[in-house]
Amino acid sequence: MPVASQLEKTTTARHSAVVRVTHWLTFIAFIALLVTGFEIMISHPRFYWGEVGNVNTKPLFVIPIPASRDTVPTGYGYVMPDQNGWSRYLHFEAAWVAVLAGLVYGIYGLWSGHVRKNLIPERRDRNGRAYRARIAQYFRRRPPGRAEETSYNVLQRTAYLIVIFVLFPLIIWTGLAMSPAFTSAFPWTSVLLGGRQSARTIHFFVSWLLLFFLLVHVTMVAVSGFRRRMRAMITGTMRDSEESQ
Amino acid sequence: MNPITRRKLIYGGVAAAAGVGGLAAADRLAKRFGLIPPDGTGVYGPGETLTYACQRVITAHLPVREFPRSMISKNPFANEIAPPKDDFKRLEASGFKDWRLVVDGTVQHPLSLSLADLKNLSVHSQVTEVACEEGWSYIAEWIGTPLSGVLREAGMLPQTRYIIYSSIEKGLWESIDVPEAMRPQTLLTMGMNDGDLPVKFGGPLRLRVPRQLGYKSLKFVNHITATDDIRKFGSGRGSVDPDYGYAWYAGI
Repeated sequence: MPVASQLEKTTTARHSAVVRVTHWLTFIAFIALLVTGFEIMISHPRFYWGEVGNVNTKPLFVIPIPASRDTVPTGYGYVMPDQNGWSRYLHFEAAWVAVLAGLVYGIYGLWSGHVRKNLIPERRDRNGRAYRARIAQYFRRRPPGRAEETSYNVLQRTAYLIVIFVLFPLIIWTGLAMSPAFTSAFPWTSVLLGGRQSARTIHFFVSWLLLFFLLVHVTMVAVSGFRRRMRAMITGTMRDSEESQ
Repeated sequence: MNPITRRKLIYGGVAAAAGVGGLAAADRLAKRFGLIPPDGTGVYGPGETLTYACQRVITAHLPVREFPRSMISKNPFANEIAPPKDDFKRLEASGFKDWRLVVDGTVQHPLSLSLADLKNLSVHSQVTEVACEEGWSYIAEWIGTPLSGVLREAGMLPQTRYIIYSSIEKGLWESIDVPEAMRPQTLLTMGMNDGDLPVKFGGPLRLRVPRQLGYKSLKFVNHITATDDIRKFGSGRGSVDPDYGYAWYAGI
Protein backbone atom coordinates (compact mmCIF):
# COMPACT_ATOMS: atom_id res chain seq x y z
CA MET A 1 0.00 0.00 0.00
CA PRO A 2 1.47 3.40 -0.91
CA VAL A 3 2.42 5.59 2.03
CA ALA A 4 0.64 8.63 0.66
CA SER A 5 -2.76 6.99 0.78
CA GLN A 6 -2.31 6.16 4.44
CA LEU A 7 -1.69 9.80 5.27
CA GLU A 8 -4.84 11.21 3.76
CA LYS A 9 -7.53 9.21 5.51
CA THR A 10 -10.52 10.84 3.91
CA THR A 11 -13.92 9.19 4.18
CA THR A 12 -16.97 9.06 1.96
CA ALA A 13 -20.51 9.19 3.29
CA ARG A 14 -22.23 5.88 2.53
CA HIS A 15 -25.43 5.27 4.49
CA SER A 16 -27.64 7.92 6.06
CA ALA A 17 -28.54 7.76 9.75
CA VAL A 18 -32.15 6.77 9.03
CA VAL A 19 -31.02 3.89 6.82
CA ARG A 20 -28.52 2.66 9.42
CA VAL A 21 -30.87 2.86 12.42
CA THR A 22 -33.80 1.22 10.62
CA HIS A 23 -31.46 -1.40 9.11
CA TRP A 24 -30.24 -2.59 12.51
CA LEU A 25 -33.65 -2.35 14.17
CA THR A 26 -35.07 -4.48 11.37
CA PHE A 27 -32.17 -6.91 11.70
CA ILE A 28 -32.75 -7.40 15.45
CA ALA A 29 -36.51 -7.68 14.93
CA PHE A 30 -36.09 -10.14 12.05
CA ILE A 31 -33.85 -12.46 14.08
CA ALA A 32 -36.40 -12.39 16.91
CA LEU A 33 -39.24 -13.04 14.45
CA LEU A 34 -37.36 -15.91 12.83
CA VAL A 35 -36.56 -17.70 16.09
CA THR A 36 -39.99 -17.18 17.64
CA GLY A 37 -41.73 -17.95 14.34
CA PHE A 38 -39.93 -21.27 14.26
CA GLU A 39 -40.96 -21.97 17.86
CA ILE A 40 -44.60 -21.19 17.05
CA MET A 41 -44.49 -23.26 13.86
CA ILE A 42 -43.29 -26.43 15.62
CA SER A 43 -46.43 -26.47 17.76
CA HIS A 44 -48.24 -27.49 14.57
CA PRO A 45 -45.77 -28.36 11.81
CA ARG A 46 -48.55 -29.07 9.31
CA PHE A 47 -49.64 -26.71 6.56
CA TYR A 48 -52.92 -26.41 4.73
CA TRP A 49 -54.58 -24.48 1.94
CA GLY A 50 -57.91 -22.70 2.28
CA GLU A 51 -59.75 -21.37 5.29
CA VAL A 52 -59.50 -24.23 7.77
CA GLY A 53 -57.04 -26.99 8.61
CA ASN A 54 -56.38 -29.21 11.61
CA VAL A 55 -55.14 -32.71 12.37
CA ASN A 56 -58.41 -34.14 11.01
CA THR A 57 -57.85 -32.38 7.67
CA LYS A 58 -55.61 -33.43 4.82
CA PRO A 59 -52.49 -31.25 4.95
CA LEU A 60 -50.86 -29.57 1.97
CA PHE A 61 -47.52 -30.70 3.38
CA VAL A 62 -46.01 -31.66 6.71
CA ILE A 63 -42.61 -30.64 8.06
CA PRO A 64 -41.08 -33.97 9.12
CA ILE A 65 -40.10 -32.91 12.63
CA PRO A 66 -41.53 -33.69 16.06
CA ALA A 67 -44.08 -31.13 17.29
CA SER A 68 -44.07 -29.24 20.57
CA ARG A 69 -47.63 -30.38 21.29
CA ASP A 70 -48.68 -33.97 21.81
CA THR A 71 -51.99 -33.48 19.95
CA VAL A 72 -50.19 -33.45 16.59
CA PRO A 73 -49.50 -36.92 15.19
CA THR A 74 -45.96 -36.66 13.83
CA GLY A 75 -44.86 -40.28 13.99
CA TYR A 76 -42.11 -39.39 16.44
CA GLY A 77 -42.27 -40.80 19.93
CA TYR A 78 -41.44 -37.55 21.68
CA VAL A 79 -42.65 -33.99 22.00
CA MET A 80 -40.37 -30.97 21.68
CA PRO A 81 -40.20 -28.34 24.44
CA ASP A 82 -43.16 -25.99 24.17
CA GLN A 83 -42.02 -22.36 23.90
CA ASN A 84 -45.16 -20.81 22.44
CA GLY A 85 -45.99 -18.38 25.25
CA TRP A 86 -42.96 -16.09 25.25
CA SER A 87 -42.43 -16.79 21.56
CA ARG A 88 -45.80 -15.27 20.75
CA TYR A 89 -45.28 -12.27 23.04
CA LEU A 90 -41.88 -11.62 21.43
CA HIS A 91 -43.06 -12.38 17.88
CA PHE A 92 -45.70 -9.66 17.98
CA GLU A 93 -43.50 -7.15 19.78
CA ALA A 94 -40.70 -7.71 17.27
CA ALA A 95 -43.27 -7.41 14.48
CA TRP A 96 -44.13 -3.94 15.79
CA VAL A 97 -40.44 -2.97 15.76
CA ALA A 98 -40.09 -4.22 12.19
CA VAL A 99 -43.30 -2.54 11.02
CA LEU A 100 -42.48 0.81 12.63
CA ALA A 101 -38.87 0.74 11.40
CA GLY A 102 -40.19 -0.24 7.96
CA LEU A 103 -42.65 2.67 7.97
CA VAL A 104 -39.96 5.18 8.93
CA TYR A 105 -37.62 3.73 6.32
CA GLY A 106 -40.30 3.62 3.63
CA ILE A 107 -41.48 7.19 4.17
CA TYR A 108 -37.90 8.46 4.40
CA GLY A 109 -36.83 6.41 1.38
CA LEU A 110 -39.58 7.73 -0.86
CA TRP A 111 -39.41 11.28 0.44
CA SER A 112 -35.62 11.75 0.42
CA GLY A 113 -35.10 10.17 -2.98
CA HIS A 114 -33.15 7.24 -1.46
CA VAL A 115 -35.39 4.72 -3.23
CA ARG A 116 -35.28 6.57 -6.55
CA LYS A 117 -31.53 7.25 -6.50
CA ASN A 118 -30.12 4.18 -4.80
CA LEU A 119 -32.62 1.35 -5.28
CA ILE A 120 -34.50 1.71 -8.56
CA PRO A 121 -32.18 0.32 -11.26
CA GLU A 122 -30.47 2.99 -13.31
CA ARG A 123 -31.96 3.62 -16.73
CA ARG A 124 -29.07 2.00 -18.59
CA ASP A 125 -29.44 -1.16 -16.48
CA ARG A 126 -33.13 -1.73 -17.12
CA ASN A 127 -32.58 -4.54 -19.60
CA GLY A 128 -31.84 -8.24 -19.63
CA ARG A 129 -28.28 -7.68 -20.80
CA ALA A 130 -27.37 -5.70 -17.68
CA TYR A 131 -28.80 -8.44 -15.47
CA ARG A 132 -26.99 -11.19 -17.41
CA ALA A 133 -23.71 -9.30 -17.23
CA ARG A 134 -24.00 -8.97 -13.45
CA ILE A 135 -25.01 -12.58 -12.98
CA ALA A 136 -21.98 -13.61 -15.06
CA GLN A 137 -19.78 -11.40 -12.89
CA TYR A 138 -21.02 -13.18 -9.76
CA PHE A 139 -20.53 -16.64 -11.30
CA ARG A 140 -16.98 -15.80 -12.37
CA ARG A 141 -16.44 -14.48 -8.85
CA ARG A 142 -14.98 -11.23 -10.12
CA PRO A 143 -14.43 -8.75 -7.29
CA PRO A 144 -16.80 -5.80 -7.26
CA GLY A 145 -15.68 -2.76 -9.22
CA ARG A 146 -14.98 0.69 -7.82
CA ALA A 147 -18.50 1.91 -8.59
CA GLU A 148 -19.96 -0.74 -6.31
CA GLU A 149 -18.17 0.72 -3.31
CA THR A 150 -20.62 3.60 -3.16
CA SER A 151 -23.56 2.38 -5.16
CA TYR A 152 -25.60 -0.79 -5.66
CA ASN A 153 -25.54 -2.75 -8.89
CA VAL A 154 -28.71 -3.77 -10.69
CA LEU A 155 -28.97 -7.18 -9.01
CA GLN A 156 -28.57 -5.67 -5.55
CA ARG A 157 -31.11 -2.99 -6.34
CA THR A 158 -33.60 -5.56 -7.59
CA ALA A 159 -33.08 -7.80 -4.56
CA TYR A 160 -33.51 -4.90 -2.13
CA LEU A 161 -36.63 -3.65 -3.93
CA ILE A 162 -38.18 -7.12 -3.82
CA VAL A 163 -37.40 -7.53 -0.11
CA ILE A 164 -38.57 -4.03 0.84
CA PHE A 165 -41.64 -3.66 -1.35
CA VAL A 166 -42.80 -7.26 -1.96
CA LEU A 167 -41.64 -9.75 0.69
CA PHE A 168 -41.77 -7.43 3.67
CA PRO A 169 -45.32 -6.16 2.97
CA LEU A 170 -46.40 -9.72 2.11
CA ILE A 171 -45.17 -11.18 5.40
CA ILE A 172 -47.00 -8.43 7.31
CA TRP A 173 -50.16 -8.95 5.27
CA THR A 174 -50.16 -12.74 5.69
CA GLY A 175 -49.48 -12.28 9.42
CA LEU A 176 -52.41 -9.91 9.84
CA ALA A 177 -54.63 -12.21 7.76
CA MET A 178 -54.30 -14.77 10.57
CA SER A 179 -55.68 -12.35 13.16
CA PRO A 180 -59.37 -12.92 13.91
CA ALA A 181 -59.86 -9.32 15.07
CA PHE A 182 -58.02 -7.79 12.10
CA THR A 183 -59.95 -9.90 9.58
CA SER A 184 -63.18 -8.75 11.24
CA ALA A 185 -62.39 -5.28 9.96
CA PHE A 186 -60.72 -6.31 6.72
CA PRO A 187 -62.07 -9.72 5.64
CA TRP A 188 -60.64 -9.29 2.13
CA THR A 189 -57.10 -9.51 3.56
CA SER A 190 -57.84 -13.18 4.25
CA VAL A 191 -60.21 -13.90 1.34
CA LEU A 192 -57.75 -12.63 -1.30
CA LEU A 193 -55.10 -15.04 -0.06
CA GLY A 194 -57.48 -17.99 -0.13
CA GLY A 195 -58.23 -18.13 3.60
CA ARG A 196 -56.56 -18.18 6.97
CA GLN A 197 -54.63 -21.42 6.41
CA SER A 198 -53.40 -20.23 2.99
CA ALA A 199 -52.20 -17.05 4.69
CA ARG A 200 -50.30 -19.16 7.24
CA THR A 201 -48.72 -21.26 4.50
CA ILE A 202 -47.66 -18.19 2.49
CA HIS A 203 -46.33 -16.59 5.70
CA PHE A 204 -44.17 -19.68 6.19
CA PHE A 205 -42.76 -19.58 2.64
CA VAL A 206 -42.11 -15.84 2.69
CA SER A 207 -40.17 -16.24 5.94
CA TRP A 208 -37.96 -18.79 4.14
CA LEU A 209 -37.42 -16.34 1.28
CA LEU A 210 -36.46 -13.64 3.75
CA LEU A 211 -34.07 -16.02 5.50
CA PHE A 212 -32.57 -16.89 2.12
CA PHE A 213 -32.10 -13.18 1.42
CA LEU A 214 -30.44 -12.71 4.82
CA LEU A 215 -27.97 -15.56 4.18
CA VAL A 216 -27.05 -14.33 0.69
CA HIS A 217 -26.84 -10.73 1.94
CA VAL A 218 -24.48 -11.61 4.80
CA THR A 219 -22.38 -13.84 2.53
CA MET A 220 -22.03 -11.05 -0.02
CA VAL A 221 -21.05 -8.56 2.68
CA ALA A 222 -18.51 -11.06 3.97
CA VAL A 223 -16.84 -11.73 0.61
CA SER A 224 -16.81 -8.09 -0.50
CA GLY A 225 -15.08 -6.70 2.60
CA PHE A 226 -16.86 -7.49 5.83
CA ARG A 227 -15.21 -4.92 8.11
CA ARG A 228 -15.46 -2.15 5.58
CA ARG A 229 -19.13 -2.70 4.84
CA MET A 230 -20.09 -3.26 8.47
CA ARG A 231 -18.31 -0.03 9.27
CA ALA A 232 -20.29 1.73 6.56
CA MET A 233 -23.59 0.43 7.94
CA ILE A 234 -22.62 1.31 11.52
CA THR A 235 -20.79 4.64 11.24
CA GLY A 236 -22.19 5.66 7.89
CA THR A 237 -18.81 6.27 6.26
CA MET A 238 -16.28 4.39 4.18
CA ARG A 239 -12.55 5.04 4.14
CA ASP A 240 -11.49 6.10 0.67
CA SER A 241 -7.94 4.90 1.09
CA GLU A 242 -8.70 1.40 2.23
CA GLU A 243 -8.56 -1.20 -0.51
CA SER A 244 -11.50 -3.51 -0.75
CA GLN A 245 -10.64 -7.10 0.04
CA MET B 1 -16.64 11.25 10.14
CA ASN B 2 -19.66 13.44 9.73
CA PRO B 3 -19.28 16.62 11.72
CA ILE B 4 -22.18 17.25 14.06
CA THR B 5 -23.46 20.55 12.81
CA ARG B 6 -25.66 22.95 14.73
CA ARG B 7 -28.49 22.26 12.33
CA LYS B 8 -28.27 18.52 13.02
CA LEU B 9 -28.29 19.18 16.76
CA ILE B 10 -31.40 21.35 16.49
CA TYR B 11 -33.21 18.84 14.26
CA GLY B 12 -32.21 15.98 16.54
CA GLY B 13 -33.31 17.89 19.62
CA VAL B 14 -36.68 18.78 18.12
CA ALA B 15 -37.23 15.19 16.97
CA ALA B 16 -36.31 13.79 20.40
CA ALA B 17 -38.58 16.28 22.18
CA ALA B 18 -41.45 15.48 19.80
CA GLY B 19 -40.84 11.77 20.37
CA VAL B 20 -40.86 12.05 24.16
CA GLY B 21 -43.85 14.40 24.10
CA GLY B 22 -45.71 12.10 21.72
CA LEU B 23 -45.04 9.04 23.88
CA ALA B 24 -46.21 10.86 27.02
CA ALA B 25 -49.40 12.01 25.27
CA ALA B 26 -50.01 8.51 23.88
CA ASP B 27 -49.54 7.03 27.34
CA ARG B 28 -52.09 9.44 28.85
CA LEU B 29 -54.60 8.79 26.08
CA ALA B 30 -54.12 5.02 26.37
CA LYS B 31 -54.69 5.13 30.13
CA ARG B 32 -57.72 7.38 29.81
CA PHE B 33 -59.48 5.20 27.24
CA GLY B 34 -58.45 1.89 28.82
CA LEU B 35 -56.18 0.91 25.94
CA ILE B 36 -53.52 -0.72 28.10
CA PRO B 37 -54.16 -4.46 28.54
CA PRO B 38 -53.93 -5.94 32.06
CA ASP B 39 -50.65 -7.66 31.08
CA GLY B 40 -49.32 -4.53 29.38
CA THR B 41 -46.32 -4.29 31.68
CA GLY B 42 -42.76 -5.58 31.57
CA VAL B 43 -40.66 -6.32 28.49
CA TYR B 44 -43.59 -7.25 26.28
CA GLY B 45 -45.78 -4.39 27.56
CA PRO B 46 -45.16 -1.98 24.66
CA GLY B 47 -45.93 -4.62 22.00
CA GLU B 48 -49.05 -5.87 23.77
CA THR B 49 -50.30 -2.33 24.35
CA LEU B 50 -49.77 -1.34 20.72
CA THR B 51 -51.59 -4.45 19.50
CA TYR B 52 -54.50 -4.14 21.92
CA ALA B 53 -54.88 -0.38 21.50
CA CYS B 54 -54.85 -0.60 17.70
CA GLN B 55 -57.39 -3.40 17.66
CA ARG B 56 -59.64 -1.52 20.09
CA VAL B 57 -59.48 1.66 18.01
CA ILE B 58 -59.64 0.13 14.52
CA THR B 59 -61.59 -3.13 14.72
CA ALA B 60 -63.43 -3.44 18.06
CA HIS B 61 -66.77 -2.24 16.69
CA LEU B 62 -66.85 -4.78 13.86
CA PRO B 63 -68.30 -8.31 13.86
CA VAL B 64 -66.08 -11.30 13.24
CA ARG B 65 -66.40 -13.07 9.89
CA GLU B 66 -69.28 -15.51 9.58
CA PHE B 67 -69.21 -18.31 7.04
CA PRO B 68 -71.85 -20.09 4.97
CA ARG B 69 -73.14 -23.34 6.47
CA SER B 70 -71.50 -25.21 3.58
CA MET B 71 -68.12 -24.31 5.08
CA ILE B 72 -68.81 -26.01 8.44
CA SER B 73 -65.93 -28.45 9.10
CA LYS B 74 -67.06 -32.08 8.73
CA ASN B 75 -64.57 -33.30 11.26
CA PRO B 76 -63.74 -30.54 13.75
CA PHE B 77 -60.77 -31.15 15.98
CA ALA B 78 -61.49 -31.27 19.70
CA ASN B 79 -58.43 -30.09 21.56
CA GLU B 80 -57.17 -31.92 24.64
CA ILE B 81 -59.06 -31.38 27.87
CA ALA B 82 -58.11 -32.40 31.36
CA PRO B 83 -59.91 -35.59 32.47
CA PRO B 84 -63.21 -34.56 34.10
CA LYS B 85 -63.32 -34.48 37.90
CA ASP B 86 -65.94 -36.30 39.98
CA ASP B 87 -68.20 -33.27 40.46
CA PHE B 88 -68.28 -32.75 36.69
CA LYS B 89 -69.09 -36.42 36.11
CA ARG B 90 -71.94 -36.18 38.62
CA LEU B 91 -73.39 -33.17 36.80
CA GLU B 92 -72.96 -34.93 33.47
CA ALA B 93 -74.73 -38.08 34.74
CA SER B 94 -77.87 -36.06 35.42
CA GLY B 95 -77.79 -34.38 32.01
CA PHE B 96 -76.33 -31.14 33.45
CA LYS B 97 -79.73 -30.17 34.87
CA ASP B 98 -77.97 -28.97 38.02
CA TRP B 99 -75.35 -26.95 36.12
CA ARG B 100 -75.41 -23.37 37.34
CA LEU B 101 -73.96 -20.22 35.88
CA VAL B 102 -73.37 -17.75 38.69
CA VAL B 103 -73.23 -14.08 37.72
CA ASP B 104 -71.91 -11.68 40.35
CA GLY B 105 -69.55 -8.75 40.94
CA THR B 106 -70.47 -5.24 39.87
CA VAL B 107 -74.09 -6.09 39.04
CA GLN B 108 -77.36 -4.96 40.61
CA HIS B 109 -78.85 -8.45 40.95
CA PRO B 110 -76.49 -11.42 41.12
CA LEU B 111 -77.91 -14.40 39.26
CA SER B 112 -77.68 -18.16 39.34
CA LEU B 113 -78.92 -19.56 36.04
CA SER B 114 -79.54 -23.11 34.91
CA LEU B 115 -79.02 -24.15 31.30
CA ALA B 116 -82.82 -24.11 30.91
CA ASP B 117 -82.85 -20.49 32.13
CA LEU B 118 -80.18 -19.61 29.56
CA LYS B 119 -82.12 -21.34 26.79
CA ASN B 120 -85.15 -19.23 27.67
CA LEU B 121 -83.18 -16.12 26.77
CA SER B 122 -82.88 -15.15 23.13
CA VAL B 123 -81.13 -17.91 21.18
CA HIS B 124 -78.59 -16.97 18.52
CA SER B 125 -76.52 -19.04 16.19
CA GLN B 126 -73.36 -18.17 14.28
CA VAL B 127 -71.07 -20.01 11.90
CA THR B 128 -67.61 -18.87 12.99
CA GLU B 129 -64.08 -20.17 12.99
CA VAL B 130 -62.10 -21.37 15.98
CA ALA B 131 -58.46 -20.51 15.43
CA CYS B 132 -55.95 -21.99 17.85
CA GLU B 133 -52.73 -20.19 18.74
CA GLU B 134 -50.94 -23.34 17.51
CA GLY B 135 -52.09 -22.57 13.97
CA TRP B 136 -54.94 -24.97 13.24
CA SER B 137 -58.58 -23.99 12.83
CA TYR B 138 -62.07 -25.24 12.08
CA ILE B 139 -65.50 -23.77 11.38
CA ALA B 140 -68.62 -24.76 13.29
CA GLU B 141 -72.08 -23.49 14.00
CA TRP B 142 -72.39 -22.28 17.59
CA ILE B 143 -75.75 -21.90 19.27
CA GLY B 144 -76.42 -20.06 22.51
CA THR B 145 -77.36 -16.80 24.07
CA PRO B 146 -75.29 -13.62 23.90
CA LEU B 147 -73.36 -12.80 27.07
CA SER B 148 -74.61 -9.23 26.76
CA GLY B 149 -78.21 -10.33 27.46
CA VAL B 150 -77.19 -12.10 30.68
CA LEU B 151 -75.19 -9.06 31.80
CA ARG B 152 -78.16 -6.78 31.13
CA GLU B 153 -80.42 -9.19 33.03
CA ALA B 154 -78.06 -8.94 36.00
CA GLY B 155 -78.00 -5.15 35.74
CA MET B 156 -74.31 -4.65 35.06
CA LEU B 157 -73.17 -1.44 36.75
CA PRO B 158 -71.68 1.34 34.62
CA GLN B 159 -68.28 1.26 36.33
CA THR B 160 -67.70 -2.31 35.09
CA ARG B 161 -64.56 -2.58 32.93
CA TYR B 162 -63.90 -6.30 32.60
CA ILE B 163 -65.94 -9.47 32.60
CA ILE B 164 -64.24 -12.43 34.24
CA TYR B 165 -65.39 -15.93 33.33
CA SER B 166 -64.17 -19.10 34.96
CA SER B 167 -64.29 -22.79 34.31
CA ILE B 168 -65.51 -25.52 36.65
CA GLU B 169 -61.89 -26.69 36.41
CA LYS B 170 -60.11 -25.07 39.32
CA GLY B 171 -57.75 -22.25 38.42
CA LEU B 172 -58.88 -21.73 34.84
CA TRP B 173 -60.23 -18.25 34.31
CA GLU B 174 -60.28 -15.61 31.63
CA SER B 175 -61.47 -12.08 31.16
CA ILE B 176 -62.45 -9.75 28.34
CA ASP B 177 -63.10 -6.02 28.28
CA VAL B 178 -66.68 -4.76 28.37
CA PRO B 179 -66.88 -3.81 24.65
CA GLU B 180 -65.87 -7.38 23.72
CA ALA B 181 -68.32 -8.82 26.27
CA MET B 182 -71.20 -6.74 24.89
CA ARG B 183 -70.64 -7.80 21.26
CA PRO B 184 -73.61 -9.88 20.02
CA GLN B 185 -71.23 -12.59 18.78
CA THR B 186 -69.77 -13.16 22.26
CA LEU B 187 -71.93 -16.16 22.92
CA LEU B 188 -72.70 -18.34 25.94
CA THR B 189 -72.68 -21.46 23.80
CA MET B 190 -74.76 -24.56 24.56
CA GLY B 191 -75.12 -26.06 21.09
CA MET B 192 -72.86 -26.92 18.22
CA ASN B 193 -73.82 -27.89 14.68
CA ASP B 194 -77.51 -28.41 15.58
CA GLY B 195 -76.83 -30.63 18.61
CA ASP B 196 -75.91 -30.06 22.24
CA LEU B 197 -72.36 -28.80 22.73
CA PRO B 198 -70.31 -31.97 23.30
CA VAL B 199 -68.19 -32.15 26.44
CA LYS B 200 -65.01 -32.45 24.38
CA PHE B 201 -65.83 -29.08 22.79
CA GLY B 202 -66.54 -27.45 26.17
CA GLY B 203 -70.12 -28.52 26.87
CA PRO B 204 -72.42 -27.92 28.52
CA LEU B 205 -71.41 -24.25 28.48
CA ARG B 206 -68.58 -22.52 26.70
CA LEU B 207 -68.11 -18.80 26.20
CA ARG B 208 -67.31 -18.28 22.54
CA VAL B 209 -65.23 -15.14 21.98
CA PRO B 210 -64.83 -15.49 18.22
CA ARG B 211 -62.87 -12.27 17.72
CA GLN B 212 -59.98 -13.81 19.66
CA LEU B 213 -57.98 -17.02 19.44
CA GLY B 214 -59.39 -20.28 20.75
CA TYR B 215 -57.88 -20.12 24.20
CA LYS B 216 -60.13 -17.18 25.09
CA SER B 217 -63.19 -19.36 24.39
CA LEU B 218 -63.12 -21.00 27.81
CA LYS B 219 -64.77 -24.39 28.24
CA PHE B 220 -67.09 -25.51 31.11
CA VAL B 221 -67.99 -21.97 32.18
CA ASN B 222 -69.89 -21.82 35.48
CA HIS B 223 -69.06 -18.40 36.88
CA ILE B 224 -69.11 -14.85 35.54
CA THR B 225 -67.89 -11.90 37.57
CA ALA B 226 -68.17 -8.29 36.46
CA THR B 227 -65.45 -6.06 37.87
CA ASP B 228 -64.12 -2.54 37.79
CA ASP B 229 -60.69 -3.62 39.03
CA ILE B 230 -59.07 -6.53 37.23
CA ARG B 231 -55.91 -6.24 39.36
CA LYS B 232 -57.71 -7.82 42.31
CA PHE B 233 -57.95 -11.17 40.52
CA GLY B 234 -55.24 -13.80 40.35
CA SER B 235 -51.83 -12.31 39.63
CA GLY B 236 -53.54 -9.12 38.43
CA ARG B 237 -52.79 -9.65 34.77
CA GLY B 238 -56.32 -10.27 33.55
CA SER B 239 -56.41 -14.04 33.26
CA VAL B 240 -54.53 -17.21 33.93
CA ASP B 241 -52.83 -16.90 30.50
CA PRO B 242 -49.98 -14.55 31.50
CA ASP B 243 -49.16 -16.97 34.36
CA TYR B 244 -48.53 -19.59 31.66
CA GLY B 245 -46.65 -17.05 29.55
CA TYR B 246 -49.53 -16.28 27.17
CA ALA B 247 -50.94 -12.90 26.21
CA TRP B 248 -54.20 -11.77 27.80
CA TYR B 249 -55.38 -10.22 24.54
CA ALA B 250 -55.65 -12.83 21.80
CA GLY B 251 -57.35 -10.95 18.97
CA ILE B 252 -53.77 -10.54 17.68
